Parts: sequence; C-alpha cells; structure tokens
Amino acid sequence: MANLKTTEKKTKAQSMGMHTEVLTGKTQQKFFNPDEAENFYYWGTYDVDFNKRTDLDVKDLDCKQANRKIDELMSQGYGTIVIKNPQGKHSLGVGILNKLNLIFEGSLGYFGVGSIDGPMVRVNGRVGWSCAENMMAGKVVIEKNAGSCFGAAIRGGDLICKGSVGARTGIDQKGGTIIIGGDAGAFTGFMMQRGRIVILGDVGINLGDSMYDGTIYVGGKIGSFGSDAVESPMTKSDIDWLKRKLKVAEIGDNFDVSKMTKVVAGKKLWNYDALEPTEKKGAI
Amino acid sequence: MCGIAGLIHRGKSSNVGSELQLMLQALKHRGPDSTGYALYAENDGQNFIMRFKVGENVGEGSTSINEDPSVYDKRRKMVDQMLSELGAKVIKEDRLTPYSFRYEMQFNDDLMEFSKKIESIESVEILSIGKSLELIKDLGDAEAVSKRYGLADVKGTHAIGHARMATESGVDIKSAHPFWGYPFSDVSVVHNGQLTNYWNNRRVLENKGMRFMSECDSELIAVYLAEKMRNGATLEEGMKDSLSGLDGVFTYFVATKDSLGMAKDTMAAKPLVLYESDDLVAMGSEEIAIRSILPQEIDTYDPFDGEVKVWQI
Repeated sequence: MANLKTTEKKTKAQSMGMHTEVLTGKTQQKFFNPDEAENFYYWGTYDVDFNKRTDLDVKDLDCKQANRKIDELMSQGYGTIVIKNPQGKHSLGVGILNKLNLIFEGSLGYFGVGSIDGPMVRVNGRVGWSCAENMMAGKVVIEKNAGSCFGAAIRGGDLICKGSVGARTGIDQKGGTIIIGGDAGAFTGFMMQRGRIVILGDVGINLGDSMYDGTIYVGGKIGSFGSDAVESPMTKSDIDWLKRKLKVAEIGDNFDVSKMTKVVAGKKLWNYDALEPTEKKGAI
Repeated sequence: MCGIAGLIHRGKSSNVGSELQLMLQALKHRGPDSTGYALYAENDGQNFIMRFKVGENVGEGSTSINEDPSVYDKRRKMVDQMLSELGAKVIKEDRLTPYSFRYEMQFNDDLMEFSKKIESIESVEILSIGKSLELIKDLGDAEAVSKRYGLADVKGTHAIGHARMATESGVDIKSAHPFWGYPFSDVSVVHNGQLTNYWNNRRVLENKGMRFMSECDSELIAVYLAEKMRNGATLEEGMKDSLSGLDGVFTYFVATKDSLGMAKDTMAAKPLVLYESDDLVAMGSEEIAIRSILPQEIDTYDPFDGEVKVWQI
C-alpha cells in the first residue's frame, strides 16, 4: 500500500478541497543499472542486420498475421524489411522495439506503426488515422498524406509527413518532433504537453488548443489560435534548429524558416489553477 | 461507430451494386447491425420507383416486436387501395421479402401529400421514391442484404451506403441508413457521427410539415436538407448551411439523381478518406473500403474540417 502523507503547502486547487495528499511511496518505475547490462533483457527486441534484406507481401494476410511475420523476420536477423501490398490495412508494423529499416510499398490504414521504439520507417503512400501513436523513438517518413491524429501522444523520435495531414495532429504530444510538408487540419497540437510540431503549410482552426507546453511552428496561414495558445517571437536558436531539422528530414528545401510563426502555451490554463472557482467546479 | 461509403462514376455506368457491396463489406467491423444501399440505377427514368416496407425484420438481433406475418398482406392491400385512390398507376410490383416491396408506378401529383397518405397506414414506411434511386436497407451485413435483395447486378452511375452499429436507437430497418430525403424524389443520405441538437431541430422541422419516421439522429440530416431544398436552396447550399445548423460530430454523404456530395463537421471528428480521378470518385470511412474496389496504389486524402464537396455524374 502506498505511503500517504498530508502536504503542508497548499496550492490554490488544494485550498478548494481538491487532493490534499501526495504519494511518497516507491513507484513502479524500474531503473536500469548499466553494471547489470548483461542480465538486462528488453522483451520483444532483436539484434538485426541492416544488410540482411527481405520482401514481405501482405496482400493475403490480415494485420495480426502480417505483424507476426515481421516479428518472425526480425527474429531471423532481417534488418531491412520491405512490405508489399499493404493496401490500407490497419495496425501494420506496430510495437517494434528495436532498430529496423521498415519500408511500406503502399498505404497504411489506421494505427500504422504505433508504439514503436527505434525503427526507421518509410511509407511510400498515405497513412490513415493515428499513425505512429505513442511512438517513443525512431524516424517515420510518410511520402503522401496522413489522416487525423497523426502522431498522437508521441514521446520521442521524428515523424515526418511530406503531404498534408488531417485534424488533431500531435494531440497529447509528449515529446519528439512532428514535421508536416503540407497543410494541417483543425486542433493541431491539441493538449500538447512537450515536443515540437513544424507545419510548412497552412493550419486549421484552434491551433494548440489547451496546450500545456511544447512549440508549434507554422509556415502558412493559421485558421485561429486555440484556447491558451499564444504567438512567441522567433529566436536565432529556433531558426537554426528548424534549418537543421528540415535538412535532416529532407523536406522544405529553400523554405524561409525565419518567417514562420512560433506558437507556445500561454500557461494560463495550466493545471486549471488559473480558472475561476465556478469554472473549476464545472471542470471537476 | 458506423461506416459509410460512396462512389460516383462520371460519364459512364458501372456495376455499382457489387462495388458498393465490396466497400460496405470491408467496413463491416464498423457496423454489423444493418446495411443500407442507395443505388442510382439504370432505370428508364419514366416511372417512379417506390420502395416501402409494411413491417420490420424481426430476426437477426432485431429489437422490433414480433408480428403475425398475416398483417403484412393486410397492410399491403391498404397501400394498394390508397395508391388507387391517389391516382397512382402501378406498372410493376415485386415483393422482395415478406415485409418489403418495390413498386414501379406512374404518378404526377405532389409527392409530399402522396407520401403522407401512404404512411398514414399503420407501420408502413416509404423507404424511397425516385426515378433512378433504389434504396434498400435491412438487418445484416452487406453481403447478406445484397443477396437477399439481389443487388449484385445492379448497374448505375453512383451509390452511397452505410454499415450501422446501433447506438442510440433500435436495431431495425426504420433506424437503418440511408434515409430518403422525403419528400424529394431521388435524394438519399448516409451519416457517420452523432447530432446533439436533434430534438430542437426536429421540433422546428415538424412544425414546418416535415416528417420523421425514426428516432435516429441521422434522419435529421435528410429532413434538414430536404427542407432547405424545399425552400429553394441548392444541395450544396443546404449542405454548407448544415455545418452550422447541425451540432455534433458528423461526416455525411448525400446523393441526388445526378450528383453526390460529402460534408464534414467543423471539428473533423469523424473519418473520411477520399479518392478522386477524372472518371471516378470513391470515398469511405476507411481506406480499406476504397481499396476493396481499387487495389492498386492510388492517391487518397482526408478532407479537412468544415469541408463540403459535390460532384456531378
């Protein structure tokens, strides 16, 4: 049972009767000790050889069968896997936790390459909703367009779409970078918490609505700012970072990043402490 | 959740019955309760096609009350008598299931009054009236409905369809999509989403003489657009008005005799994938619906929030 104690310093929220206890016991987080590296096993990962390449035709496979086959190929050491005929199937290439060159010759449906931790993915087509959701590390490049919720809740890595994306790109983003070559829809960066979003084209209404933190750069027009999203001056380090990032992402050649609009959180909604008491009760 | 699909061939006819069946079957996981087709078929365009039902399908997980099948015959006779009284000449009649019928008929008067009279008969609902529209809906998946009604060979220019997961109203035909744009000939609607100002709009529209047959919120879209067009708006104007007039989350398709349109709410909360070429437009809730008829690599995209598009055949 967790060890609970009462705090002495009260926040505005606590003074209104909200939580008055904090958790001080051990968390469930486990720490990696480098001295025990030889005993460490990251379940579901494989040592693969990038020079060992194979093709996998998934035309007649469902997503479970296709993902099992990818897993099997990785277990055999294949480090470059080319997926043929994905034909818009859902949930392909999810949960890959090791280095891998994964190439899709076609388009993906919903939840493509979600929860990945390390692979380099290239999709020579379009992706549906929630591509790379919960991505932790690696690089994903989409050659065409993407659906809504692109990069939802990503923690890290680079997620690049060379075309346009739908609504709620980077919703709940917690880290990493999302780069869009075209336009983005409404509610981009909704409830974003950390990380960066770069959009070279236009963006829809309610940009950065209720964002906690993080930075959004927009090259084109902005439909409207969301609640608590504010414009911030571009600095030299912003410009330098954008130039480097776009170059690495192989996108936006000769794009004048100095003219982009930088959007950050106003932090007036942060933790709801800035709300009036009546509004807070409503939120609770 | 529900899945919707639609396609329009520009400048030619195709086997839209089997194409839509493939698209809807690919979306079965989004809505296994009922399936509906609005097919714009190669009819001669001279006579009206009226599709109607005199009862519900009480099998396959239906929430409808069991009835003695003998009432179907009784109601049909009442429909026949009413048609005769209204001056409609029936050219051809088909009984497709114990409870559903397709009549080909000649009629030259006001469709609204006509429909009101026919639907005043207990449990009788007109599913559609049109010169090319064939609206079929029933319980079961796309293959089952297609087989039951013989849709695989229907040729035409365009079609919209719906795979329904019942959430807020019953598992029955009256709540299934597509909805006919009563009282307009050849207008049909399918919807994926949820409307939150249904009752407010319904009260207003009913006061203006429009009719609702179900308690399914999606029916509001058909009635809303029909009322707009009744007051002189074009289809596209009505659809653009709907973005502010309808509250909630939605992606819907509407089809008329010679056009097909889509609208997406301002929050873009419901999915839609679109493929457009010079001779074919195909769209669906998921890309796999489009891939079921176009397996080769194609360029598709998601329309943005608040987008309305209309294509002509």
